[in-house]
Amino acid sequence: MARYLLRRLLFLLLTLLLTSIIVFLVTQLLPGDVCRVILGREVGEGALADCRERLGLDDPAALRYLRWLGSFLQGDWGESFSTRSLIRPLVLERLENSLRLALVTMVISVPLALFLGVVAGLNAGRPLDSLISIGSLAVVGLPEFVTGLVLIELLAFRLNGWLQARFGISPFPANSSVRPDATFGEALPMLILPALTATLVLLAYIARLTRAGVVEELRRPYVRTAVLKGLPRRAVVWRHVLRNALLPAITVIAISFGWLISGLIVVENVFNYPGLGRLLLFAIDRRDLPLLQAVTMVTVFGFALANLLADLLYAWLNPRIRLGE
Amino acid sequence: MTTEPVLEIADLTVAYRQGEQWLPAVRDFSLRFAPGETVGLVGESGSGKSTIALSVMRYLPQARVIRGAIVFQGRDLLALDAEKMRAVWGNDLALVPQDPLSALNPSMRAGEQIAEGLRLHLNLSRDESERRALSLLEMVGLPDPARAAASFPHQLSGGMQQRIMIAMALSTEPALLVLDEPTTALDVTTQAAILDLFRDLIRQRDTATLYVTHNLGVVSQLCDRVAVLYAGELVEEAPARALFDQPLHPYTRGLIDSVPRLRPGPRAAGLQAIPGQIPPLGQRPPACVYADRCPLAIAICHKERPPRDTPEPGRAVRCHRWPEIQAGEVSAGFDAEVAQRAPVTAPSEPLLDLESVSVQFADRRSLLDVVRKRPARPVHAVRDVDLQLGRQQTLGLVGESGSGKTTLARAIIGLQEIHSGEMTLLGARLPSGLAERPLELLKQVQIVFQNPEEALNPFRTVGQTLRRPLMRLRGLSRREADAAVARLLADARLPESYARRLPGELSGGEKQRVALARAFAAHPALLLADEPVSSLDVSVQASILNLLGRLQAEHESSVLFISHNLAVVAHIADQIAVIYAGELMEVASTEALLQPPFHPYTEALLAAVPRLDPDDQPPPIRLEGEVTGQAAVRHGCPFHPRCPRFLGEICVQQRPPWQVTEQGDRIFCHIPLETLQAEQRAIFPTLVEEEK
Repeated sequence: MARYLLRRLLFLLLTLLLTSIIVFLVTQLLPGDVCRVILGREVGEGALADCRERLGLDDPAALRYLRWLGSFLQGDWGESFSTRSLIRPLVLERLENSLRLALVTMVISVPLALFLGVVAGLNAGRPLDSLISIGSLAVVGLPEFVTGLVLIELLAFRLNGWLQARFGISPFPANSSVRPDATFGEALPMLILPALTATLVLLAYIARLTRAGVVEELRRPYVRTAVLKGLPRRAVVWRHVLRNALLPAITVIAISFGWLISGLIVVENVFNYPGLGRLLLFAIDRRDLPLLQAVTMVTVFGFALANLLADLLYAWLNPRIRLGE
Repeated sequence: MTTEPVLEIADLTVAYRQGEQWLPAVRDFSLRFAPGETVGLVGESGSGKSTIALSVMRYLPQARVIRGAIVFQGRDLLALDAEKMRAVWGNDLALVPQDPLSALNPSMRAGEQIAEGLRLHLNLSRDESERRALSLLEMVGLPDPARAAASFPHQLSGGMQQRIMIAMALSTEPALLVLDEPTTALDVTTQAAILDLFRDLIRQRDTATLYVTHNLGVVSQLCDRVAVLYAGELVEEAPARALFDQPLHPYTRGLIDSVPRLRPGPRAAGLQAIPGQIPPLGQRPPACVYADRCPLAIAICHKERPPRDTPEPGRAVRCHRWPEIQAGEVSAGFDAEVAQRAPVTAPSEPLLDLESVSVQFADRRSLLDVVRKRPARPVHAVRDVDLQLGRQQTLGLVGESGSGKTTLARAIIGLQEIHSGEMTLLGARLPSGLAERPLELLKQVQIVFQNPEEALNPFRTVGQTLRRPLMRLRGLSRREADAAVARLLADARLPESYARRLPGELSGGEKQRVALARAFAAHPALLLADEPVSSLDVSVQASILNLLGRLQAEHESSVLFISHNLAVVAHIADQIAVIYAGELMEVASTEALLQPPFHPYTEALLAAVPRLDPDDQPPPIRLEGEVTGQAAVRHGCPFHPRCPRFLGEICVQQRPPWQVTEQGDRIFCHIPLETLQAEQRAIFPTLVEEEK
């Protein structure tokens, strides 16, 4: 297991190195001259040359890459072209927000999705299975801005209005633009609506995979062995089937976590939530290359880490890998 | 029988759904079990054996019982509800299935899988159940019960896994044990050890046993009575001895005759195969189900269903003509396909010459090893193999799984690089890699794989599959190839219309015929047959072996025939090489090999072959464990860790000499040939007798 861990960590480092190269190349290949973006269109050749010189844009690409990687690793992520502020604190703050949202989303979606998937799998082919499958698929088919707006209408307006009239509270704010210094407790109410929206996206995905896992395991001969041992159905399902059926779901859950950190661009925009997704969109919009590089590196790192954790968890829970040769 | 039966199956009819219809897979099946009785249920695949086994277990999620009763200890199982059934399952009634690995939960420790049933049925505490599980594991002969109990299934060998299933099944002292092909997935040597275990355990207690298998040898060794099943019907039932002495149903006779026997001497005739196959569900004739394949079928057989007759007490048969068969007026024996190929025993012109061929697999080095600069430890998969194969000869290569048989075949055909040694084909060096072989050489060596299901591309018609080697290797034009395909099919005894069929539309035996036709399409000088009949029924196996012999003679090819089954190899081969852990142990002509002296490994393989005659109990020579990796044995004899005739330090320290007998039998062993011969003559009287 220790050897496995070591190998996986090495792979993680290689992945990050490779992505850093790709990220650097892509941002270099983007059309448009950075200095023109910074200085505006109506600028003289002299000023452009100065700017290039200052940013080191005329050096060979390999040198620029190493310079960028070196300072990035040392924690100097540079200055944003568009806001003229330091990038690192900005990105880390947004990362914290994204992690909060991801956490709340996971807490809501994973148990719900596993429960629905297991129930559907155990009742495969029956009406309950069809109801769950069709229901979750119908929801996932809707784009996030639709489900988000529907949730705002239902919860933030109607339910809030009703609760306000009765109890004088309105727990579901429609706008999630949390203050930068808000504590988790203060931010939590604002996280619920975006988290629910993201849950609806994830739900069908995880639930269907879980269902497939349960259906597949139920067909295996060891389940017959368990039944023919005389075990009650409850024990067959809990002790034998679930242990094996939930394994594939772990990988998907971890990958979903990566997506939650970086891919919630639409949801964050609908609710005006200051996460990494919106920052990424902002950086693209402004052609803010250093910011774009930093955000991409952070999200890739998050993705890779989530994958690593998924693999380790999978290996640890699966004796065939944990104790295999 | 005066005693109350433990189990009585009466007029059982079970059907499977096919489209809108329910088609019976088992029809009017009846069988009684006295306490402690072992009854064998035999038949080809598709005969409905497993359906009956699972009906007895009352576990049939896909099927429906149309009528009949299964009365177990006075209760009709079919009438019990799920809750009552749970008290019977695992308590009074237990199953040992075919494939132990898939029947064990992969993520639960073996001991716990036994213990949970004990807690459920015997109300034991956790500690007590674990202790009891350990003693059960000891009872089924596991050398280190504590380690086995703490292991996950994938950490145990197939034989150990099956012992765990047996321990589980016996844990609550059930009144009836259902064994569904329990040794089919195991090696012959492991099978022999597991059969010993069954024999001991069954004799010790009052457990009635239903033993479902396609292997007649196993039945004859283990069962008191035998029921023969064909197309879902019981065609014959008799005490084991009577059944093998005088089978009354032509199907029983056909099955018995299609089993290759272990006997030395020239093989005069081909095996007797039963032509055709079991009709699929829904196409079963309403009269005698066997009439279409029966050599004795007359008009009445196609019109009327034969009644279940009782020729003598304890026997039953469903055949219109049993009285004539019993009286010896007609014989249900088939005209054996005449041997198409005379044995080539005299040394012929050499075709293939292997000289000290070794194949190594590099042990995977860990990162730590790279850092420490520890060199990779090679693992010998094949080591120093010297082997010659003459023109038109058949060389059998025998050994357990993991012995290196397939690796050697892959090296010869070029799928596996050899590490050292020389391979010569037709007097010219045979390059190790496939890429270095010109088309002409590729054409000379062809292969047939074990599993025809996987060897044929499911999306290509038989015609396309056969045309490819004709056009690519023999350079025929499209039109010439089409004509040749028709000839190939005819040679393989397949209708010409099969050229348009996809593999999915063929039976297992037909697929293997296509695979043989494909391999011979290029007129190879050498055919490698890697376990070509292991996945087939005995009746089909016989016809494939006959076909192989005939095609080999027509094409004047040599064959390297790989198998774990010494009886099959002895039937088809001129020469036999016995391989263990990548090294040859014994090489001889078939005649010489089947007579003492044997190499101790050959001896163990011979002892493991189940005999058809219930009186001919195999000698109690058993191998423990399985073929181990060879990294450990560098200097001594690779077989020493398992050798029943282990001498001592000399076997560990020194490589054995090649000793040669007068008949040219080469034996790789330290024990003097005279000693081996004297001791083995006493153990194998049957083989010696037939020699006279």
